Amino acid sequence: MAVASQSVLKGTGIGQGVAVGPVARMSPPPAVPAEQSSTLTPEEETARVQEAIQTVAADLTARGQAAGGQAQEVLEAQVMMAQDPTVSEAVAAQVSAGTTGEYAVHAAFGEVAETLQALGGYLGERAADLHDVAIRVIAALRGEPAPGVPDPGHPFVLVAQDLAPADTALLDLDKVLALVTIEGGPTSHTAILARGKGITAVVGAKEAAGLNDGDEVIVDAASSEVVTNPSQEQKDRAAERIAQREAAQAAPITDGALADGTEVPLLANLGNPEHAAEAVELGAEGVGLFRTEFLFLSSDSAPSVAEQRQSYQQLLEAFPGKKVVVRALDAGADKPLPFLNDAEEENPALGLRGLRALLTNEEVLRDQLTALAEADRATEADLWVMAPMVSTVEETETFAKFAHQHGLKTAGVMVEVPSSALLAEQILATADFASIGTNDLTQYTMAADRLLGSVAGLQDPWHPAVLKLVREVGVAGTRTGKPVGVCGEAAADPLLAVVLVGLGVNSLSMAPAALADVRAELLHHTKEQAQAIAEAALTASTAAEALEAARAAAASHSTE
Amino acid sequence: MTATRTVSVGSSQGLHARPAKLFVEAAQGTGAQVTIAKGEKSVNAASILGVMSLGVDKGDEVTLTAEGEGAESALDTLEEFLVTDHDEA
Repeated sequence: MAVASQSVLKGTGIGQGVAVGPVARMSPPPAVPAEQSSTLTPEEETARVQEAIQTVAADLTARGQAAGGQAQEVLEAQVMMAQDPTVSEAVAAQVSAGTTGEYAVHAAFGEVAETLQALGGYLGERAADLHDVAIRVIAALRGEPAPGVPDPGHPFVLVAQDLAPADTALLDLDKVLALVTIEGGPTSHTAILARGKGITAVVGAKEAAGLNDGDEVIVDAASSEVVTNPSQEQKDRAAERIAQREAAQAAPITDGALADGTEVPLLANLGNPEHAAEAVELGAEGVGLFRTEFLFLSSDSAPSVAEQRQSYQQLLEAFPGKKVVVRALDAGADKPLPFLNDAEEENPALGLRGLRALLTNEEVLRDQLTALAEADRATEADLWVMAPMVSTVEETETFAKFAHQHGLKTAGVMVEVPSSALLAEQILATADFASIGTNDLTQYTMAADRLLGSVAGLQDPWHPAVLKLVREVGVAGTRTGKPVGVCGEAAADPLLAVVLVGLGVNSLSMAPAALADVRAELLHHTKEQAQAIAEAALTASTAAEALEAARAAAASHSTE
Repeated sequence: MTATRTVSVGSSQGLHARPAKLFVEAAQGTGAQVTIAKGEKSVNAASILGVMSLGVDKGDEVTLTAEGEGAESALDTLEEFLVTDHDEA
């Protein structure tokens, strides 16, 4: 089918990438087994199925070990599904009715997948994982090779119904230009893994079902589109963007700065000291947010000073001479810890959480500060500590006093509550710095629970109401001469990062994978231009208009 | 002997994804025969699919039942697990 006219297929883009290339579709799954009686006994069929499941489990485990990290965890969950008692019971029921092992697996896994699909949402998306396991087991029963990613011998845009973790984990990035899935949403494994590995992807593009092997397409994650039959001009423009991005990714890693040389340190958000090396490799100039929750979440009592100190020391050793901002434990009724606050609250986001919870459990805070101070003395990094969810000047004073008493010289606060943004100047009179958490600041400004899908439309950091509060903090930072950073997801959006700098923010912290894009974008604008772009966004009435206004303002001065 | 207990789930993602996997591993680790029920539906706690299909969200009440030797201590372990948040911040 040669489609002469162009069409634009809409999906959900993951990341900022763009790619051009020929489509290769995921090889079709093995033919569906027919319902037929087995010539073997049920015991023999059961043994065959068990053996096939073991083979698949071993293969998935090996793939997981090869891939490591998040992919490994996902694959291990698939192995658990393959060996699940619910499934083996369903298989046994089929086999004892006299069917072949192939059909029994097909029917039994299908039954369970249907149950998951009916539940929808996250569980519905797990049905794809189960379907993938079934196909692999059927292929193993037939002695066929495991189905997987196609290999047309040249780079390609992989188009699939939805990718299973086993496929995405081992994608050869030299061959795969981009991923397009027909099903799956922003929480599918394809999306999660694409984000983690920085692969250009558009997921849930329903009309991509009509694409054929060899069709040339542009996959534009930034605009969530797949363009078929692209014109030469469109391809040239995409190629230009690809070159710019490649240049950005391959550019010698420089310290974050604007076009006029204004320094904007680019820092990493980390949740575990084990990820420090990767952040350094991607050019993080330090750590802007180190979440300490991982130390606490799996224990029923607070970890000892010695245990904490060891983790902090591991982190600080990765950044000699660099700034490392550690956030004190951020927990509360929404992330209950038995030793902190496990009271039932009607509105956990508005309850005893963040610094409020720590101040009612001073021992936990003091232990953490003691461990941090010990780690600081043993290492060369420049350690800053900050308190989560501060809403008053008094809280700021108390936290700064505690931190200084423990020998920590730089103590700041996170600005996540509008009251702190509005009183930023008074807060910065006491605090040594402020770090804006845009996710929570948006939640509290818009009065929209960030975990609630029904109000997700309000959770947009481009909203001018949020930007105005950021400006308050930026202005206060300039007046008091104290540093103001941003460590929310907003900092990872390249254009929004420029807006934040224009509003007076002087460092940006983000997931390490986003550093290169932001570094490149900052280099296109001077301080004055960033301020003009920010001004344009501030005068908008809606989040969408703010984005449009910022784009227009950025385009008006970037003529090169 | 049979032990039974009703628990309110603390994990902010409920028993989906990673918390579900961790729960099933914990249930398998107790060595006891454990079922978990939400409302009318009861499943084998050692089955990740069963557990996920319950669709347990944060704050839901679930009932754990264990059979055999060590049933009480198995439930202690699992109750502890369920009230804790296992999601990354």
